[in-house]
Amino acid sequence: MDATYELTHLRALEAEAVHVFREVAATFERPVLLFSAGKDSVLMLHLAVRAFWPAPLPFPVLHIDTGHNFDEVISFRDRVAEELGVRLLVASVQDDIDAGRVVEETGPRASRNRLQTTTLLRAINENSFDAVFGGARRDEEKARAKERVFSFRDEFGRWDPRRQRPELWNIYNGRCRKGEHIRVFPLSNWTELDVWEYVLNENIELPPIYYAHRREVVQRDGMLLAHTRHLTLLDGEEPYEAQVRFRTVGDATCTGCVESTAASPAEVVAEVAATRVSERGATRADDRISESGMEDRKREGYF
Amino acid sequence: MPQLLRLATAGSVDDGKSTLIGRLLYDSKSLFTDHLAAIERGAAPDLALLTDGLRAEREQGITIDVAHRYFATPRRKFIIADTPGHVQYTRNMVTGASTSDLALVLIDARKGVLEQSRRHAFLASLLGIPHLVLCVNKMDLVDWSQERFDEIREEFRQFAMKLDVPDLTFVPISALHGDNIVHRSANMPWYEGTSLLHHLEEVHIASDRNLIDARLPVQYVIRSQGERDFRGYAGSVAGGVFKPGDEVTVLPSGFTTTVRAIWGPGGTELAEAFPPQAVTVQLADELDVARGDVLCRPGNRPHIASDVDAMVCWFSETGTLTPGSRYLVQHTTRSVKAQVSELDYRLDVNTLHRDENAAALTLNEIGRIRLRTHEPLLFDPYKRNRHTGSFILVDEASGHTVAAGMITGAHRPATNVVWHRTSVTREQRATEGATVWITGLSASGKSTIAAELERRLVAEGRPAYLLDGDNLRHGLNSDLGFSSADRAENVRRTGEVARLFADSGVIAIVSLISPYRADRDRVRAAHADAGLPFVEVFVDTPLELCESRDPKGLYARARRGEITGFTGIDDPYEAPSSPDVVLRPAESDPAAMVSEILAFLDR
Repeated sequence: MDATYELTHLRALEAEAVHVFREVAATFERPVLLFSAGKDSVLMLHLAVRAFWPAPLPFPVLHIDTGHNFDEVISFRDRVAEELGVRLLVASVQDDIDAGRVVEETGPRASRNRLQTTTLLRAINENSFDAVFGGARRDEEKARAKERVFSFRDEFGRWDPRRQRPELWNIYNGRCRKGEHIRVFPLSNWTELDVWEYVLNENIELPPIYYAHRREVVQRDGMLLAHTRHLTLLDGEEPYEAQVRFRTVGDATCTGCVESTAASPAEVVAEVAATRVSERGATRADDRISESGMEDRKREGYF
Repeated sequence: MPQLLRLATAGSVDDGKSTLIGRLLYDSKSLFTDHLAAIERGAAPDLALLTDGLRAEREQGITIDVAHRYFATPRRKFIIADTPGHVQYTRNMVTGASTSDLALVLIDARKGVLEQSRRHAFLASLLGIPHLVLCVNKMDLVDWSQERFDEIREEFRQFAMKLDVPDLTFVPISALHGDNIVHRSANMPWYEGTSLLHHLEEVHIASDRNLIDARLPVQYVIRSQGERDFRGYAGSVAGGVFKPGDEVTVLPSGFTTTVRAIWGPGGTELAEAFPPQAVTVQLADELDVARGDVLCRPGNRPHIASDVDAMVCWFSETGTLTPGSRYLVQHTTRSVKAQVSELDYRLDVNTLHRDENAAALTLNEIGRIRLRTHEPLLFDPYKRNRHTGSFILVDEASGHTVAAGMITGAHRPATNVVWHRTSVTREQRATEGATVWITGLSASGKSTIAAELERRLVAEGRPAYLLDGDNLRHGLNSDLGFSSADRAENVRRTGEVARLFADSGVIAIVSLISPYRADRDRVRAAHADAGLPFVEVFVDTPLELCESRDPKGLYARARRGEITGFTGIDDPYEAPSSPDVVLRPAESDPAAMVSEILAFLDR
């Protein structure tokens, strides 16, 4: 570091995220970090662990499990949790289906994406979590561009975009009553490229499906979906093998992959820097519901 | 590696603000094609749809909330806080401006400087944004006229002189056609400046931070047991530079120790820490340090006050700000209860007129208040430090953030108190006054020297009066204890009395431990302002000697823990860095020492 005391943009973003983690740990009773083993949540977990070094992470991590997973991601999830010494909780969408709290969609396009909200809110209630870290970034989607770092949720887990608390400087208002909670987004100001540059610079391990590999895919609605046991084929859909990687990782039934030869973080950085399609635009069927797909799901308590 | 620049934009669709942002994103290749596809459904792309992310915004065709947009060039990463421009969204602009390095204000070249442009510039200066860029847009519609541009620039410059804008830049542009956005425009050869994007890439922001006043508000205490016990104080550096080995004072307790080590996230050992780094500091001594405390340098402390003046912007749609109302103040890492004790004036954001008869502030209004906090705040004026000078007010019942505040300083008596000059000048008085300030540890021998000095002066026929610290605590200062804030107040009051005595022609002799350098320096400054002599006498008796003498038995009681905050035992004594006279009672006698003081006084 030279005498002008300048930080690179990645160090500035890191400092901002670390500040947020510490603020939550100091002012909330029961925080939890949402961890899907997707790249953003892996990055978020690494930053959280770094914020409290050398002490252990002062809160658990929670996976909302749709049951429609990529096997590589689940084994990665368990290994990372163990290596970083964090306590992993799993709340399962299947439990809510079995208990009749939600009804599973039917048909070949059925997705458990929307059902996750019920499971998430149940886990928050059962554990009395008052601060819930999410890995959402503002550059992902236009409703998220309006999101606060500390985002209030009422007792039904609802987001009210018209009544958001103004957020100034680095002062965060986390006041909430019992039953209400705050969603906290430490990665708010990171872009997809920032995430990958940090992964590259800091040598952070991600699930292998983020890098180019060969797998069976099907074309659907202009996206490439992985042909897994969770996907029901439509008439006329022919699986074929392709060289692909995933840009986002969510429910296996609605997360698409992209054709890619990028097999290392450096190659992915180069690819992301050159791409002109947003990561959710390329790969997320769940965002294509309507113009307000994300806003509406967020209002209900979605991630 | 690129650096981060945060900028705020304000304006409505009419100004071409959204077109400008769309243009910056598009021309810097930061706009994704699917995002663009979503807005290209009409005949021409409506770039405003890019920034209006909420259903209500699209339905009403207005920007309501702050939207964050991101774009990058090889030199810098940019975060745009895009805010609506109408007066009813002042709070959104204040919010977006709070963290910005630079503000873009748009003017329609056809319309010139409007009320709205002035308001945006004022808010940018109020929020302490160091760089203001005025984009004169739609130059294509005024035939690329240099004359028109110069006219607008002059008018705006006249207005900006009333504001605190350190760096003001003007760029003539056409956002629609891309002139002077990324590349210099061929349509305006008369313009000698750089394109907007080039300016954003080059503007120097590194020295905007306060790198002088070292401040670390403690956010969280990190403790771990294991192979080695660890106790570190985590926080984000709010000012200045900290290095291992630095002497630091913990406020409000006032203990001084040294920095043992500084750690970055994940345990990277740092040779220095500066804003906005988030670090963990280990101290050499085991001290009681908690969230809300501030680490600083012993000779450079933040202000400590529980009565502050501040500019506030009121955010609440439901309530108003009125004198007497109570809130929670969130300031650095402290959260304290407070009461608005006065509303000094409401500021008209368009005309800058101050309405001193205003009874309340309503949504989006800005005014100056006096705030009384239950516990003192450790702050710097906002103009000096945006991190330690800012706060929010939270309504305890609803949990809402109802105001943003910028501290202007500790409360001073209102400006409508005028100074009455008397007809007697200092030269007409029989004698010339001065203050002799004797500082040192308890039982160092101050009182003996002070008493002898008073005796000698009076014997010589010179008016002199001893102000003894212990004696003043029976009357003038009987309401004060021994916290660092009370000690500061004790010194301030005694200094004020001494100054009055000196002004009246008397030699005021102050015998007071006055342990903190900054407090004494303020008294010296007050004397300098009034043109009065001030002699700082340091009675340099070693702590062991003071403790062995212990005439009042206080050291023994402090050692037994019966008294806390005792100077020299568990509260620091900061020796003067350049005293006028140094006396060592162990090596001299009172008469000789008094002669030394008199020699300095009469020199």
